Amino acid sequence: MLSLTCPNCGITADETDLHCDGQAHITRHGAGSNDDDLETYLFMRNNPKGVHFERWRHVYGCGKWFHAARCTMTLEVFGTYSAQTFEPPKALINKIKKKRPEFEGFVK
Amino acid sequence: MSSVTALNGATSNGIINVADAGLMGMITLRGDLASAGMAKAVKAATGSPMPAMRQITTGKSGAAAWMSSDELLLMVDYADADAVVAKISKSLGAAHHLAVNVSDARAVFNLPGDQIRDVLAKGSPADMSNDAFPIGEVRRTRIGQLAVAFWFTDAQNAKLVCFRSVGGHIMRWLENASEIGSEVGFH
Repeated sequence: MLSLTCPNCGITADETDLHCDGQAHITRHGAGSNDDDLETYLFMRNNPKGVHFERWRHVYGCGKWFHAARCTMTLEVFGTYSAQTFEPPKALINKIKKKRPEFEGFVK
Repeated sequence: MSSVTALNGATSNGIINVADAGLMGMITLRGDLASAGMAKAVKAATGSPMPAMRQITTGKSGAAAWMSSDELLLMVDYADADAVVAKISKSLGAAHHLAVNVSDARAVFNLPGDQIRDVLAKGSPADMSNDAFPIGEVRRTRIGQLAVAFWFTDAQNAKLVCFRSVGGHIMRWLENASEIGSEVGFH
């Protein structure tokens, strides 16, 4: 069971109240971009064993998007944060590094 | 033609009672909830102050429920809903907002009983404990696979709102979940 706290409404919601929309902070290359960029946007995702940064939507609740940092191996949740940002907050990165010394930091 | 609710007066009696709440005026109001103009419009429409996050406030002529950081559900008399929408639109003027009468798009239930938390917890992942979900708070979540919102008006009474098209299903679900002999005794 996975519970995430939505930073928009403060509810600690069950996974089934939420919808995951994959890797966060990707650059969405659109029309006019070159083939490599478009390929990267469409298909190339980081998939490390461990810490992931993901986009989630509180779909049955307030309906708003947010970001979450969690470990896909242990389901440990490191934190959730606003979707209105280009990268995870520094404090969260430091928290993860403390818990997972092998974590290399946020990779876009 | 006169208006009818999705449930047309359906009731059921079990470990909690389930009853069609009848026609209720409901208005979706979206915009900048922090603005003074919005607070004024909510006050004029319902007589209630702007609800804080997850709260429901009641006033002389209605109630206002916090649905998300930019959305409220205003509850007023069914017959007044269109007039209230017009008043809100006039009062908010050019400010970016949306006000729409959704009264006929929803089904509303009254749930009187002392085991409401146990019954709702059978189908919803929401934390139904009194600490996590006190009276005066609105919870948007799901029952089975259907989106619902519910709140307690007092310790023995709750209201539940869902989309009209699934009103019949939610009625059957609540009937089933409140069958006599299915007491949980947790909350």
